[in-house]
Parts: sequence; C-alpha cells; structure tokens
Amino acid sequence: MSEGSRDQIFSRLHAATRQSPAPVSQPPAMPIKTYSQKEKVEKLKTLMEAMRTEVHLTGAKNWANSVKDILKQRAVKSLLYATRTEIGKVLEHQWENSAADLPQLFPYKNNIEQHKEMVFNVDAGITSAAGAIAETGALILWPTEKEPRLMSIVPPLHIAVLQADKIHNSLSEVIQKENWPAKMPTNVVLVSGPSKTADIEMTLAFGVHGPKELIVLIVEN
Amino acid sequence: MTNPQPLDFDKNVSRALNDTQLIKNIKSAMATLVSKRKTIFSDATETEQLRTLGNALKKNALSKLPQLLEQLEEKCTQNGIKVHWAETAAEANQQVLDIMKSHGATRLVKGKSMVSEEMELNAFLQKHGIEALETDLGEFIIQLNHETPAHIIVPAIHKNKDQISKIFHDNIPDAPYTEDVAELTAIARKTLRQKFYQADVGLSGVNFAVAETGTLCLVENEGNGRMCTTVPRVHIALMGLEKVVEKLADVPPLLRLLIGSATGQLITTYVNMITSPRKEGEKDGPKEVHLIILDNGRSKIYADPRRRQTLQCIRCGTCLSHCPVYNRIGGHAYGYIYPGPIGKILNPQVEGLKTAGVLASASSLCNACEEVCPVKIQIPDLIRRIRNESYSKDSTCTIEGHGYKRNLTEVLIWKVWQIINTHPSINAAGLKILNVLGLKIPKIGPLKYWTRYRTTPELAKKSLHELAKQHGVDHE
Repeated sequence: MSEGSRDQIFSRLHAATRQSPAPVSQPPAMPIKTYSQKEKVEKLKTLMEAMRTEVHLTGAKNWANSVKDILKQRAVKSLLYATRTEIGKVLEHQWENSAADLPQLFPYKNNIEQHKEMVFNVDAGITSAAGAIAETGALILWPTEKEPRLMSIVPPLHIAVLQADKIHNSLSEVIQKENWPAKMPTNVVLVSGPSKTADIEMTLAFGVHGPKELIVLIVEN
Repeated sequence: MTNPQPLDFDKNVSRALNDTQLIKNIKSAMATLVSKRKTIFSDATETEQLRTLGNALKKNALSKLPQLLEQLEEKCTQNGIKVHWAETAAEANQQVLDIMKSHGATRLVKGKSMVSEEMELNAFLQKHGIEALETDLGEFIIQLNHETPAHIIVPAIHKNKDQISKIFHDNIPDAPYTEDVAELTAIARKTLRQKFYQADVGLSGVNFAVAETGTLCLVENEGNGRMCTTVPRVHIALMGLEKVVEKLADVPPLLRLLIGSATGQLITTYVNMITSPRKEGEKDGPKEVHLIILDNGRSKIYADPRRRQTLQCIRCGTCLSHCPVYNRIGGHAYGYIYPGPIGKILNPQVEGLKTAGVLASASSLCNACEEVCPVKIQIPDLIRRIRNESYSKDSTCTIEGHGYKRNLTEVLIWKVWQIINTHPSINAAGLKILNVLGLKIPKIGPLKYWTRYRTTPELAKKSLHELAKQHGVDHE
C-alpha cells in the first residue's frame, strides 16, 4: 500500500517540478551576534532566569558542594544520576565521604525497562549540558549511552551542570562550528527553562509535564 | 475528509457572533498573542530580513521538494527510522493502526499534531479499540469536551478557566473543582503521568524534517512531546510532505520565526531533535521510530506554481491571531481544523471550491495576515485567486470545482452593467429612470441578501459627468 502511494506521490511531485523548475536565489544568512565570554554568561543567565530557571555561578572545585546545598535546601530525598560520567564519578566520591542529610543516589545504569519505576519516582535528576546558547538562552542537552534521555525530563527537578566555556553565541554558530550535520546523535534537546504552559487563558503555569524546576550550575574556571 | 458536506458557513458565523462568551475569550487571548509577538519582533529591519530568509528557505525546499523528500527518506532509513507514505488521511490512519497492531499495542499517548487532527486519527483509533490520548494541555481539555481545536497553537483558547474547571471536574475521576490555573495544571500532570508510564506507543507531529541529516525537529513548552517521543517503546511521527527543509543550518532562523510568531517567545522550553531510534548500548528512547509522510491534497496544490506558496506554511497560527474576522468568530465557525486566513486558502484548495470555497468570502482583504506571515505567504492574493476561480469556467483555472458559483443571473447582470457603462447615452438614460424611482437600490433578489448587514448605498442625484458639465469643465 505504502509503496504504491509513494510512487503516486512522487510522480505528481516530479511532474510539477518538471513544469516549473523555478530556481531560488539563496538569501544571506542572518548575521551572528557575538558576545564576550562574560556577556555570554550574563546573557544566558538573564534569559534563563526570565524563564524561571535558577542559575548558579560556581567553580570547578565547588560545584558539587553547590549541588549538595541545593538538594539539602529542597529536602530532596532521591537523586537520579549517570554512573560513568564525570559528574557521576564526582558525586559518588562526595557521597562516600559524607552521605548524611543527602538524598539517596540512584544510578541509571540499566535499560529503562528495568528502571522505569525508579525513573518515574525519583525527586530529581542531574545531568551535564553539552553546551548552551547565549542568544536565546538555552542549554544543549546531548544524551549519550552513559547519560540517558529520560533523566532530564521525567524527574520533577532537573539539575544541569554546564561548563562556562561551552556557551555559544547562537544555535546557527554551534551547528556550524561543531559540524552537527556530520554527527547528529539519537537525540539533542535545547532546554530554556522548566516545563510550562499557557493553554488556559494564556496564564503561565509551570511544571505541567516535564520538570517543575530547572537549576543550572555554570562552572567557571 | 474532515467535511464532506458543503459547509454552512453563514449558520456557523451567526452562531459564533451570538456567543458573547466565546468572542470575549478569543479576543482577549488574541490580543495577548499579538502583543507578545510584538516584543519578539520589535526590530522592524531585522524582522524583515528574517522573514525574507524564512520565505527563501521554504521556497527553496519546495523548489526541490521531490529530491529533498527522497533524501529525507534515505537518511531516515539509514538512521533506522521507518518511513511510510500516505496519499490520504484514511491511509495514514490505517498505517498508525497497523503499527500499533504489530506491537499488540492498545494505548497511545499523543503530542500535539495538527496532521493527526486533519486525519481525525483519535476517532478512527477509538473505533478500533485503541485509546488515543491527547497530552498537550489544550488538546487534553478539548478532547475531554469532545471538541476540535479552535486555534492551531492554543487549541482550547475559546474556553475560559471557569469552563475548563467544569470540564475537568465532570470528566476526570476524583478531580476536585478548582478555578486555579496552577491547580488545574497539576491535575492534568497527575492524570497524564500515569498514562505516559503505561503507554505502548507515543505519537507526535513534526515541525521541520531535515533532509540533510534525517532529523525530526519538534518544538514545545510542556514536555509532553519529549515524554511521548521518549518513554513508550514505539514512536510514530506524522508530517505533511511540505515540512521538509534542506539543511540543518536552515533550522535556526525558521525556529526563530515559528516560535516568535506562534507564542512570542525567543525559544520554546524544549526544542527536540530526533535522528534515530534507540541505538545499541543506549538505555532509553523508543526502539522503533516510524515517520508517516502524508500528502492528502498537498501535491495537488504543489502542481500550481502560484498556489504552491500555500505549502510554505509553518503552522505558527499568527495569521489567525491577527485576523479581524477570526477575532470575531473564533476557529470552529470555519468548519475545518485549519481556520483563519491560512484555512481560507488551504481548505478550498484541498477540499475543492464547492465544498470549502465559501471560506474565501470571510475576508476584508485587510492584508494583516500577509504582513505578519513569517514566511511571507501572499494570503490575500490567494484569497482573490480562489474568489475569481469560484466564478470562472476558464481553462486556466486549476482549483477543483472552479466556476461553481457562476450563474446566469449574475453573468447577465454584469453584461447589462457593462453595456450601460460603456454607452454614455444608455448610462444617462438609466440615471434619469433611477432619479424618477427615487435613487434607491431596490432590496430584491441578491441585493436584498447583500444589504442584510450592509447599508444600502444611495445613488447621487447627479452623475459626475453632469456635475463636471455644470462646473464648466469641457474635457473631463
């Protein structure tokens, strides 16, 4: 059925293009606005905060302490993390030394089929961000084998750790600079804040399906 | 398809005009959307540049449509996405059902997809014993109330929160009555979480499909789209064949245009780019991804070089929000799931003029839609085209049902009009007769209908010709 339909559709489309092979002139791309490193951090912070994201500036040595403080403050009881990532290793080490008052760590090490109940019941998930976009204020999440997709969407609280030097000027720039067309992974997600909706009377409400809260730690060197 | 019967547009409009609550809800929401859009496109020069670029990118994609679709199919297939082609809505529905059956699946969670509305997929699946549940909050509300979307972007905007409170309380077991928007949202979250957890298959639309990489781009704010495309073991994506773009680099400017026009945001909460099913070693995500590419009348529109621009549409809905007619009658009156200016040109071309041509009459040709369209579709021009073809039997006409409005009386009236106005003596004599009759246009036949809501024009006592003569103008 699909085969026949495919042929029919293509025969109509090809017939139409043969009749009018209108060439389209390539317009100039929009200029990419460039920001200094300091401006990038500021712009990202301002725009994401405007979307009700909590943004913390922290250092390479104390980001884990910031995470602990955030978790304690919110009385988070369970934290989903990825085991073999840099972040995962640091957390495991930190928790070994002082697990008192800290949430229980839940490692995402098997397939979702074994972990579904856990993933749907933890209070928070922590992931890295592969980068960010200053122009529009968004994180780039690039899930991997080590760091699965659901960690950043199912738990009510998502904590993302971003290296400050990975903030790009714009999406156009990062696609070009990192040659995304040659290496698109299973899934890339841009995230600008916690889940929200304005479907009822255009009134903003947060946390409709995804995380109710998004916390970003920008790690500066 | 959606409406096999000719549309009783007049009746729909009268009903809408009399529903004061509806008009109040629509007007206030549209004012918000319009002002939010303005904050994003505040720099006129930059906006114009961006629109010109958006127009060219979509035009470029359309000029190579068959090649790009072949490339998309090839890339997707390489990436492990299964591609299906459907000529009609019925065929696409069957494809969804077959995929579900092949997995013994009975529960489907849906992200927002206008193509699925076009297909009337929910009703079809329900007939086959499958629960198809809308998870976008707006779509969820109207599904509970057995309605179709009133707006492409904000589907439940015709309802205010009191009405929604009642819909929730009446239809969701154990839902307490509340008029608090945050609480209503929390009820939806709780109800649908369970459904995401249990669903076998997730369905979504597609905003842009990138031929270069075989990537499906989806924008959303709620996160239900990410849930639908990540939690269930199978993901089905539906797209109209016009959604393909050439390169990944084309996506950023189109995203700016789509999101800015649709909701007045710089970027949505989530921009989700999907390029393959779960790969070996990955721990989650669907094991199967299907892409159904639907024609459903689009290739017919594509065949006409002038009408082809209709397919540039990125479904941002901003022409609805800015339309003075939409603002006064809302979306349902149009009788099709694509209402407003884009609906006025799209539906008649897909369904034929006899069925849907009347929609083109609902325009004052104020040009607001064209001024705001992010990809510069010349909507008023196409409305005129549809109006003209409605009356023309000419062989150059390409829209199905053209000439359906042509009738002998009107042809005759215009013929007489032509004779009167090209023969000065007859014209002068005619005016004299009208002077005797009292200079009134008689309210009979079509004129009676025409003057139902309009002031009857009065004829001047003296013609311009006579006045000029009186003032001593020799050669007027």
